[in-house]
Amino acid sequence: MGKKLLIHNVNIPGIATLEVYRQNGGYASVEKALKTMTSAEVVEEVKKSGLRGRGGAGFPTGMKWSFLAKPEGVERYLVCNADESEPGTFKDRYLMEKIPHSLIEGMITSSYALGAKTSYIYIRGEYFYVARILEKALDEAYAAGLLGKNILGTSFSHDCYVHVGAGAYICGEETALLESLEGKRGNPRIKPPFPAIAGLYGCPTVVNNVETIAAVCPIINMGGEEYAKIGIGKSTGTKLISASGHINKPGTYEIELGLPVEEFIYSQEYCGGIINGNKLKAVVAGGSSVPVLPAHLILKTEKGEPRLMSYESLSDGGFISGSMLGSGGFIVYDETTSIVKNLYTFARFYHHESCGQCSPCREGTGWMEKILHRILEGHGKPSDIDLLWDIQRKIEGNTICPLGDAAAWPVASAIRHFRAEFEEYINHPEKIKDVKHYYSVNQLEGA
Amino acid sequence: MKKEIKFNEETLALVHKMMARYPEGKHKSAIIPILHIAQAEFGGWLSPETMDYVASILKIQSIEVYEVASFYSMFNLKPVGKCLLEVCRTSSCWVKGAEDVVKHLEKKLGIKEGETTKDGMFTIKTVECLGSCGTAPLLQCGASYHENLTFEKVDALVEEYRTAGRRRSYTDLDYKNTL
Repeated sequence: MGKKLLIHNVNIPGIATLEVYRQNGGYASVEKALKTMTSAEVVEEVKKSGLRGRGGAGFPTGMKWSFLAKPEGVERYLVCNADESEPGTFKDRYLMEKIPHSLIEGMITSSYALGAKTSYIYIRGEYFYVARILEKALDEAYAAGLLGKNILGTSFSHDCYVHVGAGAYICGEETALLESLEGKRGNPRIKPPFPAIAGLYGCPTVVNNVETIAAVCPIINMGGEEYAKIGIGKSTGTKLISASGHINKPGTYEIELGLPVEEFIYSQEYCGGIINGNKLKAVVAGGSSVPVLPAHLILKTEKGEPRLMSYESLSDGGFISGSMLGSGGFIVYDETTSIVKNLYTFARFYHHESCGQCSPCREGTGWMEKILHRILEGHGKPSDIDLLWDIQRKIEGNTICPLGDAAAWPVASAIRHFRAEFEEYINHPEKIKDVKHYYSVNQLEGA
Repeated sequence: MKKEIKFNEETLALVHKMMARYPEGKHKSAIIPILHIAQAEFGGWLSPETMDYVASILKIQSIEVYEVASFYSMFNLKPVGKCLLEVCRTSSCWVKGAEDVVKHLEKKLGIKEGETTKDGMFTIKTVECLGSCGTAPLLQCGASYHENLTFEKVDALVEEYRTAGRRRSYTDLDYKNTL
């Protein structure tokens, strides 16, 4: 049984309420930080913990915090990125829905560390009902003196607000999120300046993912060094994984980083194996943006070592034979899955979600969708595979924000690892006439 | 009879409360939350008149509202049915049969994706990942998530909505009770 720090209390009845949450040790980190520590000491503990951003990039949180500019007389902001829209990812929704106070506790402790008087939780518009749960929890926290003026009788005052978005994947990119929070279109900004220097309303701002902020609570409670002992190497602590696709037990799981991928997929404690006892075909390990890996490369690295659920192990082999931990959106595909059709859903997604600022992404994502569509309609040309490869190469690295890269990587990896399937679709269009999600080309051959 | 585009006092108070969440002079930040309310209040979509009204409340140019409203997928710039059935179509939902859900709805309602039934009751729309991949396939209607869909569940849902007959919006309070 791995260590659990974030959702260990999730099954306690009423844990969404302040009363039960506090009875189970909730808001201890606020008490400890505000009453016994300086803000610099809180930052130091987070640095020692080795905590890395849980939204996908995996950047060290303590370092991100230490970049925050602190000019005299200028407001600083903490913004929580709850715009969870990466396909395959639903862990933040689970955490906010089940234990809303864990996020609010983290917001207060983190804001104290950063010297932020105001913070915003930017939540995707589709999660409207979750926003209401958070607002209810915020009301409870205000009534209990955990928010507002002179929190717990200390000199620290803080206000926290929920802000709902309106449906835009791009707003998960931190500068697009800030634009949106300022009441504009969610077009990412050119960096530098980074938000730590000029973020919300031009003020120094830290943007952190929901899970990152929630993880600050156990770090302060147990101390950064203790937290760093959990996990493996530079992948410290625990991580929420959203598991979906062809598995027996989809859901949100908290794992200790370093868990073998094979155990995660097949053990009863986690995914419980593949549905119908089918064979594993491929896995997208960290949300739609990360490279898809075929079964043999997700279970073991190129060198033959067991693949672990950690930042380092999942990226072992680079993009040639590895992937990324990303947001922890773990999508499992069994042998019946059409990789080409699945890729089409991703390409369509990125085309739909491109903000349109940069030509390579605006145009390229649409071309990739169209080419994949024509392949699926039986009109693919042999040159289409190279054309797709060419387009993704020209998007990657040539856009203001990482959405371009995120659109390119799934295409590149699908071609890299499943080229034969593309060729099959193009050379034998008659076989894909009635392709559905549960038929692979291989199965159709026998039909 | 066209409904006048004007919030009642209670709603207006809520709108001003939202504007107060942002610093002095930065009340434009409240544009998205206010547009959600406006869409719910004025027929489930944002007509030019509605957007002009929101601009007047925020004391900004109408174009600033149009450019925001046209960017975000949850804002409808054309009228939709009272129940906008948004079916997720991205990977995890697709592998669990989202396409079949759409086909089933199309057959049941006699319309195609993107269309509205003649009685103005239902619109079918396919949308990108709704963050419910572990409970796929799903559809969202208003604030409610309907997860682990089967044809039977879809049928029951359509009947329930048809009987109730009222408009569903994102700001509804009738979300699935998960607390």
